[in-house]
Amino acid sequence: MAEIDIRRVGKTYGKTVIMQGVDLTIRSGEFLVILGPSGCGKSSLLRMIAGLEEISSGEITIAGQAVNHLEPRERGCAMVFQNYALYPHMTVAENIGYALKVAGVAKAQRLARVTDVAQSVGLSEFLDRRPGQLSGGQRQRVAMARAIIREPKVFLFDEPLSNLDAKLRVQMRHEIRRIHNRIGATSVFVTHDQHEGMTLADRLVVMNKGTIEQIGTPEDIYERPASTYVAGFIGSPAMNLLPGRLSDDRRAVVLESGPRIDLPGPATGLNPGALVQMGFRPEKASLTAPGRGTIEARFDFVEELGAGRVYHLRIEDIPVSLHSEAKMKLAEGASIGLDLGHQNLHLFDGQTGRRVPLSVEMPQLAPTA
Amino acid sequence: MRRAHFKFSWIAAVLLAPQLLIIFVFFYWPSAQAMYWAFTLEQPWGGGNTWVGFDNFRKVLTDPYYWASVKVSMIYAFATTALSMAMALTLAMFVDRQLAGYRAYRVTMILPYAVAAPAVGLAFRFVFNPQAGVFSFLNTLSPGIWDPGQSGWQAVLTIILAGAWKHVAYSFIFFLAALQSIPRSLTEASAMDGARPLRRMVDLQLPLLTPTLFFLVIINLTDSFTDSFGIVDTLTGGGPFRATDLMVYKIYADGFRGFDYSGAAAQSIVLMALVMALTFVQFRYVERRVHYS
Ligand SMILES: Nc1ncnc2c1ncn2[C@@H]1O[C@H](COP(=O)(O)OP(=O)(O)OP(=O)(O)O)[C@@H](O)[C@H]1O
Ligand SMILES: [Mg+2]
Repeated sequence: MAEIDIRRVGKTYGKTVIMQGVDLTIRSGEFLVILGPSGCGKSSLLRMIAGLEEISSGEITIAGQAVNHLEPRERGCAMVFQNYALYPHMTVAENIGYALKVAGVAKAQRLARVTDVAQSVGLSEFLDRRPGQLSGGQRQRVAMARAIIREPKVFLFDEPLSNLDAKLRVQMRHEIRRIHNRIGATSVFVTHDQHEGMTLADRLVVMNKGTIEQIGTPEDIYERPASTYVAGFIGSPAMNLLPGRLSDDRRAVVLESGPRIDLPGPATGLNPGALVQMGFRPEKASLTAPGRGTIEARFDFVEELGAGRVYHLRIEDIPVSLHSEAKMKLAEGASIGLDLGHQNLHLFDGQTGRRVPLSVEMPQLAPTA
Repeated sequence: MRRAHFKFSWIAAVLLAPQLLIIFVFFYWPSAQAMYWAFTLEQPWGGGNTWVGFDNFRKVLTDPYYWASVKVSMIYAFATTALSMAMALTLAMFVDRQLAGYRAYRVTMILPYAVAAPAVGLAFRFVFNPQAGVFSFLNTLSPGIWDPGQSGWQAVLTIILAGAWKHVAYSFIFFLAALQSIPRSLTEASAMDGARPLRRMVDLQLPLLTPTLFFLVIINLTDSFTDSFGIVDTLTGGGPFRATDLMVYKIYADGFRGFDYSGAAAQSIVLMALVMALTFVQFRYVERRVHYS
């Protein structure tokens, strides 16, 4: 168990700066997920923690010790790679036991540990096989076992599930969480799959182009996205955003398309008339009869999901989506009302894209002991 | 894979003809000639060749000089192969790890392969020259201690060094390609598992290189048996006292200097059998080598 402290870390490859001023404290024993689109620097950050990539600026400490100049083997981290990186010429048992062999653990003891760990991930019957003779899911388990056997302070995962089929991915996801709970090491898990991130994480870090957009619990990030970027990245379908201006009393948004929409509280942080983006979640709004909702929309098409449907609509020219269990037959272009749900509205600064707190969010009572 | 099937046509015949002609003129015909000479003997006073069966072979195989030649050929072949592959592997690992100067190596390493064997021999004549070469300082310590023109084992050493030097490039290219095809994540995984560079080399790189290693051993051995003529001829001329009389060189010397065509032909048939055996080993075991994935 170890706390990882990342202080003002930057990364450059040659002259290209790919990461700047990343600050992040990963608590001891926590399951932290780094989420972001392809190329945002997730792997680079993870590999800097692991010691596989040089830290260009800033400092990383693990359990209080600066690791910038430590070799990977001296950092106490184990890593599961996306392509598993199993040693092709070794058997499963040799793969799992390799770290112990390098560490000079006696053969009998090593074998006992390998047997134990293999059992815990359900690999007992495959110990004599080569990685080439295993299925994708089994290889994944070998990679896990190879990390587990070292009893590391820190587990690092770089998109370990992305090569598995959907069903196996869910299954392995549960297994990873179970292993984390059992072992209690600090885990850092990189993914671009928001479902994986939301379901696994104690805390989530959303990255964008080499910087951190938001750090918080999955709930935090879903309920209070810190920026339009996060709002658009989390949730499926993503949050709908409508451009407009803040009204003079700062209690409503006047959309570009005309209608005025009351906010749940005053946006005290912005000037009246400021450019804003108003957001609402597709699953929190509902359909109403024309003229009865907060706003009017036109029907485009519908996607059937089994458990509900996604209605694709247009508010003037802006496409929005809405998740609902209601089954309605609508003609293309038909007019329909939308009830946005007063408490469901989010407000973002139109220029910076940052979240604008509405005063109702402010009074947070300190928990009484 | 789909194969295209062609009906016989004169176009095919025309396209094949040059290649077939070359193979015939430079391989089958000489081989047939060698066979003919190996089983016949030219009569002393003219009148054509007479069939002598295996007599020529018997003579060759009972000749102590021939066995001395086989022995030194073996020593030469295995020593050059071991030495050049060890050097090639070391250099390839330097380049693979991108240690200082690796770009310069990469280019210069290819060069020796492009140099013709006689040129290599001539160059090494200067390098090993007892008066002016790199080892000449030995003679200032104790006169006459280094002279490959007089000492048999020193002459063998010089041709081994020259041959190894020439073969380094070829092995180097293969080793480098093989090393670079080892996925980076494997190296990283073993680094995470705690293995230092030397350990990684032994546990990871070498085992993954075995197919390449095996392939190169066979190729280098074959080459050392057949391709050593230029080096021997320019460097030692087979001497001193037949110390460097390698099999190919002996064929040439016996045939064209000693005018013993039949004996030389029998020797070349033996050498051919040896090379064929090596090629067989390669096809049998190397081409069907163990694949890891
Ligand atoms: N060796 C390198 N040299 C130059 N640029 C690099 C190098 N490695 C990565 N980059 C760049 O750094 C950026 C971040 O890469 P990184 O691998 O961390 O992305 P990622 O978030 O893990 O993406 P993905 O989800 O596709 O794996 C990318 O823009 C990439 O092009
Ligand atoms: Mg990545």
